[in-house]
Amino acid sequence: MSGRAAPGLRWPRLLTGRGRYVADLAVRGAREAAFVRSPHAHADIRGVNVAEARAAPGIDAVFLHDDLAAVLRPWRGSHGLFPDLAAPEQTALARDRVRHVGEPVALIVGESRALCEDAAELVAVDYAPLAAVTGPEDAVAPEAPTLHAEAPGNVCLERAVRSEGLEQTFRDAALTVEATFGFGRHTGVPLEPRGLIAAYDAAEGRLVVHHSHQCPAAMQDAFAQLLGLEERRVRVICPDVGGAFGIKQQVYADEMAVVAAAVLLRRPIRFLADRLESMASDIQARHHVVRGALAVSAEGAIRAIDVDDIHAIGPYSQYPRSSAGEGRAMLSLSGAPYAMAAAGARTRAVFTNLGMSGHYRGVGHPIAAAVTEGLVDLAARRLGEDPWAFRRRNFAPYDGAPRTSALGVAFEPLPFAACLDALEAGGRRARLDAWRRDARARGVLAGYGIAAFVEMTTRGPGFYGDGGVRVSTRDGCTLRLEPSGAVRGASSVTEQGQGVETAVAQIVADALGAPLDQVEILTGDTAVAHHGGGTWGSRSLAVGGHAAWTAARRLRAEILEIAGALLQTDPAALDLQGGAVRDQDGAPRIALSELAALCHFQPHKIPGERQPQLTASAAFGPLDAPFRAGCGVQLSAVEIDPETGLVRAVDHVVAHFCGAVVNPLLVDGQIKGGVVQGLGAALSEELAYDADGQLLSATLADYRVPMAPETPDIEVLHVERPAGAADDNDDAPPRFIGVGEAGTAGASAAALNAINDALAPRDAALWRIPATPARVLAALGAIGD
Amino acid sequence: MRFSDATKIAVTLHVNGRPVAAEVEPRVTLAAFLRDHLDLTGLHVGCGHGVCGACAVLMDGLTARACTLLAVAAQGARIETIEGLSDRGALRALQRTFAEHGALQCGFCTPGMLLAAHELLAETPAPSPAQIREALSGVICRCTGYGPIVDAVAAAASESPPAEPRPDGLPSADAPPSDAPPSQTPPDEGAPS
Repeated sequence: MSGRAAPGLRWPRLLTGRGRYVADLAVRGAREAAFVRSPHAHADIRGVNVAEARAAPGIDAVFLHDDLAAVLRPWRGSHGLFPDLAAPEQTALARDRVRHVGEPVALIVGESRALCEDAAELVAVDYAPLAAVTGPEDAVAPEAPTLHAEAPGNVCLERAVRSEGLEQTFRDAALTVEATFGFGRHTGVPLEPRGLIAAYDAAEGRLVVHHSHQCPAAMQDAFAQLLGLEERRVRVICPDVGGAFGIKQQVYADEMAVVAAAVLLRRPIRFLADRLESMASDIQARHHVVRGALAVSAEGAIRAIDVDDIHAIGPYSQYPRSSAGEGRAMLSLSGAPYAMAAAGARTRAVFTNLGMSGHYRGVGHPIAAAVTEGLVDLAARRLGEDPWAFRRRNFAPYDGAPRTSALGVAFEPLPFAACLDALEAGGRRARLDAWRRDARARGVLAGYGIAAFVEMTTRGPGFYGDGGVRVSTRDGCTLRLEPSGAVRGASSVTEQGQGVETAVAQIVADALGAPLDQVEILTGDTAVAHHGGGTWGSRSLAVGGHAAWTAARRLRAEILEIAGALLQTDPAALDLQGGAVRDQDGAPRIALSELAALCHFQPHKIPGERQPQLTASAAFGPLDAPFRAGCGVQLSAVEIDPETGLVRAVDHVVAHFCGAVVNPLLVDGQIKGGVVQGLGAALSEELAYDADGQLLSATLADYRVPMAPETPDIEVLHVERPAGAADDNDDAPPRFIGVGEAGTAGASAAALNAINDALAPRDAALWRIPATPARVLAALGAIGD
Repeated sequence: MRFSDATKIAVTLHVNGRPVAAEVEPRVTLAAFLRDHLDLTGLHVGCGHGVCGACAVLMDGLTARACTLLAVAAQGARIETIEGLSDRGALRALQRTFAEHGALQCGFCTPGMLLAAHELLAETPAPSPAQIREALSGVICRCTGYGPIVDAVAAAASESPPAEPRPDGLPSADAPPSDAPPSQTPPDEGAPS
């Protein structure tokens, strides 16, 4: 595998202002859309008056729930593996009750967004407010209002795993440490807000949607299912997408309303969410309260972990994947890096009147890592032991044998110790200790901390497929050789900036021995690509890259066979490199362009009466393995101003194991970008809601994502696959492991441990993120809680 | 009176070196005017409230947030967008180093980053990493983590020939005299590890 830092295929356009995001596309006759959204977190709708709005200038139509019901059916985020998962019916527009601020109530379609917004102000909705549920503990309190009759106690899903003898293990332990962790509600904030253009041709029953999205095939399926259209008449095209991070992975009520309206109106409709409505309506994640405990022997060996997790989702289970995901991570990943005899994990996903919940980069990994690693540091501190040595003793051994964790999850062996070695190399700890000593001497609270993490990538079909959720864990690639000798293909992976499209092109170029600039890969169009999973869960290269490699090797085989016939040589004695068929010693025998032209225009000249196909296709998806694990250890160093409580991340290092590297520039990009999102979660990002469920973080001035001056330099250390692994075999694709979520999986855990290291000399501790100045000062006792 | 009843206002300005005359509603932002009336979609609307920086344009030589300016406020102004700057080669070095360093992923913030970097290098040809970060403090990137962008700007700065002359004609703040050795970048507070 080349491992070359090739630039992204789209970068020449994007660097010159020639991006083509949904908002940039011109569709003839397209109308614009705006929504009337609920200003209440929870309210009955007594009546809606749209007469004035319908008559407003430039307005084509105003749709309410009943208007769309003729073409659009409601949906439930249910899951076949969890029959008791409460999945109340959700509609695109609210019918008789609203359940979160920002929930769509009416859709206005007209000549311009401005005129639609003008008309929206003329819609009169008579609300009768109801008491709202506004947090995880709030939701399960005995006196909490019940959001859905079918979900008593507001529980969407509850699950627990418990080892035999867990209580006894804790009783017998020499040391038990406990903490209650709080995690703020986060959202991904892709810089390009959500948007789509839906166009319906009634004569053919054909729907085309240009969609800023990660999973066009899944959306094609959803549009067909929910609108009663023939799947083969639905096409979803993803143009340039300005970031996604999971926020553009699922079905949204407002987007479904727009598509339904396009079917009814028979005119293309463009909906571009603005940032204010994005803050209220983009999916939200990571809102947990977790009680955790770790049992440790007198010799400093971890005996058991026990976590009790409440995950506050929104008012509905997400569709189509259901809201089981983050809780599932708690059940799988709590304590994951460590060997221990027993473990327990309980998780409850609970409905609230906060914003809709969904998958944001990492999906529960950051929570599990922060709880695990926070408890590990706490135990080490209590024992008076170095937290790095404590971890070394307790890491699950990397001895080649797969293991089953105490929570019952099967893991491949993971080289945590090697990752820790990489962090320690070169005297780093001595430098950190010196820095910390100097900073403390200056009166600054300074600390550093580490966090081990597991990243579950490349998921198999056992969760969604077996759960009746129509999300594919496969991807495919089709390639063809053009008369010029260039290779043109389509892949079902999708591109939102992470570079997977470029990596797929590199894999094809490598496997065919072709120059990269002779390979053209189209992604994001369901009319030409396989039905694939698209981008999510750190899988697109591992799966889509595998399919591309296989297709390229098939094409290569046919090219060499044809060359062999032309040259009267055994194909096994030929090679394909640098755009030419060559002898094994590299001497060129025939240019690929010449061979291709011959096949296309003079196929009769090829001996043996052949029909050159020059097209190869392959699809791939995991079958038995539920996931492929990556892992690593992250290090964070912070300084805290004791007067203001402001936490500054001053350094960050990731030692990471991720399998075969196709493009180090892209891999590092994923890790660094993910780390900064994790630091944002730890230090400044929070969707704040008040006691009435009103969104206080309504703008980017309030929801504070990291900016350049407050972001540290991030160093990435690649830990190579230790020797002895099956590798670099021409007949098998390289072993890819995903990497997209590695940064977020461990960054906030490392930062929280660094913060507690900084606070430790003051006998203070903080178990809530984001570690805002107010929270830090409260932890220091400088202000009241 | 409804916004939509408002009398349109005539504006004349220069955009990417060409004169433009139009009639716009008072409430139309400069961003909407450039994108929708002139099809200059290189600037992006990431927030609409002046925080994210993706809507950057040069207005009379200085970066401005087009989403919080009204088109009518640009009367008589000289506007340059990413397209115009790119087409006249003003960003060539930065565009190359951005590609070399992976300083973009999804590309949505990239026009804002390029314009901020361009403005920085015009004033400060040899910026320190801290100065670069400060200059980029008005643009949000969610993809790269900023490090590669800082590296790319530093790499472009370290190339000869010197950066674009300042729009106001004054000499750059840190520009060395022509026969002096290359300027030292100020020592930065290094990362502890």
